[in-house]
Amino acid sequence: MSDVAIETAPRAAASAAPPLLRATAVCKTYRTPDHIGRLVLDRVDFSLREGELVAILGKSGSGKSTFLRILAGLIPASSGTVEYRGRKVTEPVQGVSMVFQTFALFPWLTVLGNVELGLEAQGISAAERRRRAVDAIDLIGLDGFENAYPKELSGGMRQRVGFARALVVNPDILILDEPFSALDVLTAETLRNDLLDLWMEKRIPTKGIVMVSHNIEEAVEMADRILIFSSDPGRISAEVPIAAPRPRVWDSPGFRQTVDHVYTLLTTVPGRDGRRGAKPDQIGIGYRLPDAAVQQLSGLIERLTEPTYGGRADLPHLADEENLHMDELFPLLETLQLLGFAHVSGGDIELTPAGRAYADADMLTRKQMFADAVLKHIPLAVHIRRVLDERPGHRAPAARFLRELEDYLSEEEAERVLDTVINWGRHAEIFAYDYDTEVLSLENF
Amino acid sequence: MEQRWGLPLVAWPSRLRPNYWDLVALPMVFGTIALLAWGGLAMSQRYHVGEVLPIDLDPWRLPAYALRTVLRMAAALVASLVFSLAYAALAAKNRQAEKILIPVLDILQSVPILGFLSITVTGFIALFPGRLLGVECAAIFAIFTSQAWNMTFSVYQSLRTVPAELIEAARMYHLSPWQRFWRLEVPHAIPSLVWNMMMSVSGGWFFVVASEAITVSGQTILLPGVGSYIATAIDQKNLGAIGYAVLIMLVVILLYDQLLFRPLLAWSRKFRNDSAPDEDNARPWSLIVMQRARVFDLLQEGVLALNRAVDAVITGIVRRRMPRGEPKPPAPWAEYAYDLILLAAAGGGLYWIVAFIRASIGLHEIGWVFLLGLLTAARVLVLIAIASLVWVPIGAWIGLRPRLADRVQPIVQFLAAFPANLFFPVAVVLILHFALNPEIWLSPLMILGTQWYILFNVIAGTTALPAELRLAASNLGVRRWLWWRRVILPAIFPAYVTGAVTAAGGSWNASIVAEVVQWGPTRLRATGIGAYIAQYTAEGDGPRIALGIAVLCLYVLLFNRLLWRRLYDLAAERLRLD
Repeated sequence: MSDVAIETAPRAAASAAPPLLRATAVCKTYRTPDHIGRLVLDRVDFSLREGELVAILGKSGSGKSTFLRILAGLIPASSGTVEYRGRKVTEPVQGVSMVFQTFALFPWLTVLGNVELGLEAQGISAAERRRRAVDAIDLIGLDGFENAYPKELSGGMRQRVGFARALVVNPDILILDEPFSALDVLTAETLRNDLLDLWMEKRIPTKGIVMVSHNIEEAVEMADRILIFSSDPGRISAEVPIAAPRPRVWDSPGFRQTVDHVYTLLTTVPGRDGRRGAKPDQIGIGYRLPDAAVQQLSGLIERLTEPTYGGRADLPHLADEENLHMDELFPLLETLQLLGFAHVSGGDIELTPAGRAYADADMLTRKQMFADAVLKHIPLAVHIRRVLDERPGHRAPAARFLRELEDYLSEEEAERVLDTVINWGRHAEIFAYDYDTEVLSLENF
Repeated sequence: MEQRWGLPLVAWPSRLRPNYWDLVALPMVFGTIALLAWGGLAMSQRYHVGEVLPIDLDPWRLPAYALRTVLRMAAALVASLVFSLAYAALAAKNRQAEKILIPVLDILQSVPILGFLSITVTGFIALFPGRLLGVECAAIFAIFTSQAWNMTFSVYQSLRTVPAELIEAARMYHLSPWQRFWRLEVPHAIPSLVWNMMMSVSGGWFFVVASEAITVSGQTILLPGVGSYIATAIDQKNLGAIGYAVLIMLVVILLYDQLLFRPLLAWSRKFRNDSAPDEDNARPWSLIVMQRARVFDLLQEGVLALNRAVDAVITGIVRRRMPRGEPKPPAPWAEYAYDLILLAAAGGGLYWIVAFIRASIGLHEIGWVFLLGLLTAARVLVLIAIASLVWVPIGAWIGLRPRLADRVQPIVQFLAAFPANLFFPVAVVLILHFALNPEIWLSPLMILGTQWYILFNVIAGTTALPAELRLAASNLGVRRWLWWRRVILPAIFPAYVTGAVTAAGGSWNASIVAEVVQWGPTRLRATGIGAYIAQYTAEGDGPRIALGIAVLCLYVLLFNRLLWRRLYDLAAERLRLD
């Protein structure tokens, strides 16, 4: 038995206690201009038990951030309920603190002022405030910086202020929104370890932590349980309990095995008709095309054909070697799959014959191959090309396609997807786009 | 514990103990208080319309007059500050209110400032019968209108752009709405508010001078101040007195800059979100005095305590009254009904205005007024074009020499603030001396004070051009005309448009005082809508003032929509340097 057990039952003691936080059938629908509504969260059930640290992983657009904010009481659920110790959560409640991705410190308040703010809002006396704030600052290792302004501090120190501010109100539950993602690798590790120490040694009164992360290793290191969110609409697609004792060693075989498992779960999309894996022929016009630049795709393909990999790579290893985090790597993987240049399964990526041929080709041939792949596998590009072909002047405003996309995606996502397809189309010379007039056309071909 | 955390813990009492800096600061504080008392007393003086307040041209009386002018400015500034916070908060927080408040603000912005004076002065006099306060209020209101609108827009913009995470943090840590406003939203708005305040005051000096000599239904009221001093000097053809007035104005503007805006600007940097500490962190001497002297700490503590007390009361009331949870959006039918009521009110208002004007003015004259507007528009456009031809090359030349630019910028800023109307008499003397055509030669007066905005922005735009782009251009051998066309002109375009918009707006406003100019008994007049408004304001002809202002306003709106907005969008979309 390795030191990290996969798919074991949660600790019996933990499951016996009533949950700290419970979400039941939480749905979130955003209103669209045509009043149909777009589902971003679909019947999510979740409970946080005492003494538990739960990490949430998911691709961008899986609604994990939205879900976190619903738990925090910052945005209301469209249906379903969130309960904190049996009481319904409809707005931020006392006892739940949040730490933000980009720190959310008030730039005009000193470290002390930022930490004291929450206490001040509770109407606690000045002397008491000062004492508790100083204690929290001491606890998180910010001694000596009480009178510094946030802009004087490095990112890591700023996030420490974020933690001190969250901890000073003695929260029952900590909600962490990618708290380490804006920090460099070393700083993130130090802060992560400090937080884990405080948590494991019970030096903070916090009884439960929910954390959204974009770093798989980080989640495997910290969490008692990992929830995996799938996209469109967001729902919990898998749950990975981790019983291994802490501190967990990143290089141990058990750790690597769990990381591999999580990678596999994240890159396997449940198929629409029961099949597994996103088959290119399944996607429609409104598919949320991943945000991948052609240069990066070419770079990744070339890298994969090098002797180190020989056309096949283990995803955690690849991410580590190429210094790509989840949010950068996954769009590339998905695009390569969509275009038929690679297969991803079981936490590995393997180039297809088409992918290998692409790597060997010269620049002009590559362009042609890319164009063929886009026209074969990306329905949106095919659709745009067809419309342009049919129109007498071979011109169409971009807004026309944007409106179509908005039937499937949020306004923001629709714009991003259209930008992506325009970039691919321009590179492949399938169509042209004029920035000033915002018109797509077949000019110059 | 107390030893370890010594500084913050024991700093409390000693912070409020006086130190040497208080020797400088105390006179500043008490001087200000005494000045306010004196000014208030002088303003509430008894007065009846028709009475003449004697203005003495003795230069030794001038400092006292200047103080009155300064106080008027300060009063207007405080009023603008309060107004901008309240109005912007309402517009940013209430969608129903926003629907009407923001378009109204947009129109108010294009109403000529001296037009407000013409309309409101009678009302203010009626408000405080038998006191000078009414006339004072009218003058202060006119200055207020020259400052409030763009300050309000800046606060509104800031309130709409508070970072989402900060709002979430404020909610997570249970700040009450009042706390959220004062601890998050107002601080976030401060940097751009302070900058806009400075720009507003800079434009405001022109209107202080113009609004102190008010003519109501044929009677001229001279409020003691620099503006009236100049009006009297013009009346008596005393060039020497005008020279003194120019001198004292110079001192006043310099003092305002040194004592108010330098420290305010330096202080407002604290509220900026920039992660990198600011490069030019040199604190002006006046801010150092304020930050080190205990008396200001005492004042600050007092204000904060007051704010906390109000917070406790308001939060108490709000908690009791309001049910918890998100307010529900109003039903769609209620929104439609609200829109309908707005439309009906607008229609009714329009009908009333047309009826008011048509009652005494024929269609023929209305057409003529539109033609007058066209004439003034032509003047503004030609002047902007000429000023651009002159100042763009000069500004680019200066901007390419950073050390020169550093020295020139404060001077240009000062020139923009200086009330150009002080120099109008000189122009009249020149026109009379050389027997020039006033239709043409009065026009430059409109742009005398506003052309500096073009120069200022062009210099700033050129300085902002990345050194790498300049090096790349010279490396490619781009020179002369090609360099102007492909490098510098596109690079400074966004900054230039900002400057030109400000200059054009200022020129429209100036037309009311620049198209009719006096020197003793001689009166020079150019044909235009400004002269039309000025003439009927003097005669107190309500419908004609309304017509003139409405038409002028229409032209300004039209220009903004058809010309400036488009250039702005073009600049923002294509020629940004980031």
